[in-house]
Amino acid sequence: MTSPIQAALRNAQRTGTILFVFAAIGTAMLAFTHDRTEPTITRGQLAEKRALLGQVLPATLYDNDLLSTQQSVPPDDLLGTRQASALWLARRGGQFSGVVLEAVAPDGYSGDISLLIGIDANGTVTGVRVTAHHETPGLGDYIDHAKSAWIDQFAGKSLTAPEPKHWKVAKDGGVFDARAGATITPRAVVKAVKSALDYFARHRAVFAAPPASKETPP
Amino acid sequence: MITMTEFRSLFYNGLIKQNTGVVQLLGLCPLLAISNNVINALSLGMATALVMAASSGAVSGVRHFVPNEIRIPVFVLIIAVLVTVIDLSMNAFVHPLYLVLGIFIPLITTNCIVLARADAFAAKNHPLHSAIDGMAMGLGLTLVLVVLGAIRELAGKGTLLSGIDLVFGESAKSLVLHVLPNYQGFLLAILPPGAFIALGLLIAANNWYKARTVQRARATVPAAA
Repeated sequence: MTSPIQAALRNAQRTGTILFVFAAIGTAMLAFTHDRTEPTITRGQLAEKRALLGQVLPATLYDNDLLSTQQSVPPDDLLGTRQASALWLARRGGQFSGVVLEAVAPDGYSGDISLLIGIDANGTVTGVRVTAHHETPGLGDYIDHAKSAWIDQFAGKSLTAPEPKHWKVAKDGGVFDARAGATITPRAVVKAVKSALDYFARHRAVFAAPPASKETPP
Repeated sequence: MITMTEFRSLFYNGLIKQNTGVVQLLGLCPLLAISNNVINALSLGMATALVMAASSGAVSGVRHFVPNEIRIPVFVLIIAVLVTVIDLSMNAFVHPLYLVLGIFIPLITTNCIVLARADAFAAKNHPLHSAIDGMAMGLGLTLVLVVLGAIRELAGKGTLLSGIDLVFGESAKSLVLHVLPNYQGFLLAILPPGAFIALGLLIAANNWYKARTVQRARATVPAAA
């Protein structure tokens, strides 16, 4: 004798088992694909990161493996970061020769502009790249190196040249160009690069300290 | 097996009669977001067609093992697994393209047209028919995406096929057509409102064409009788 409750239970058991089998097959397929693609994806990501670091810090400036020197720094107002960010220390012949900082320009036209800033040991900017932004396409997005060479004008600048009061866009009496119609975006980037230089000046001694023995290359 | 007539009617259905973009109006989220140039539109459209062919075929292949009560969760599971597999493979093997399409590949999972075809067609038909139906629906979406992308890119930037080097390598850069040289650009076309306006115009054009066909048919019938 089967009551309706027993029938319903049996049906639930059957559909449950079928759903479980599908889930198990799906999981197996995903695990297999992940296993097959993961090495390629990781390699691609590392190569990409290395290429990006190479764009802001010339390869002639260092002979260590930049990626392995990655450190995490706590959020800092000068970097504009609200979360821990990364930095990479460049050395040549064991001597400190530069640093790549992750910084954020929090006052872009539409939110945060993420930057990667290379600075050499003398405090001169070697290169800046925008890594993520939400600026208006066709208007404020010329800060992106893929769209225009605007961002190249930071290379060679430091806190002494130009003087701090000229670290502004041309419209505000500074030395940096900005296209008419989109001044908020470049203004935010200029300000962020200057603060990153201030951050560098404040922490230079820490960066230049000899590496801890455990990360010394053989 | 499939006959030529069936084959043709499936494609007619997917590309024109039940076109997802301008007739069914399904899956508009990626359509509006990524149609700001031809290359992005074409890439996402092809990815969607691939996912739809694969998922419709797979769903149809297991349709006899799936009880009616749990068909939706099982279909969603199958689609999600397939999209993730395609997502990981693209990331590993065609990385530059992956960078362009970025978040939209996983979003194909949530594109209701994929599930809609799985439930409305693939759950009741032969795997081969279903795969072709999915492919045709995807190509229909691609067609609308590309037309929309062309309109927006031309109006917004005065070019066609910009960004082709991201898909076919640096050497393809010479294929970019600067249709309107020294064009100042028309920002509205590239921003989201441009997508709504252009899609609205497309739907209007399609409706106008259909209405005219019906009218012509009516006008000729009494004359013949």
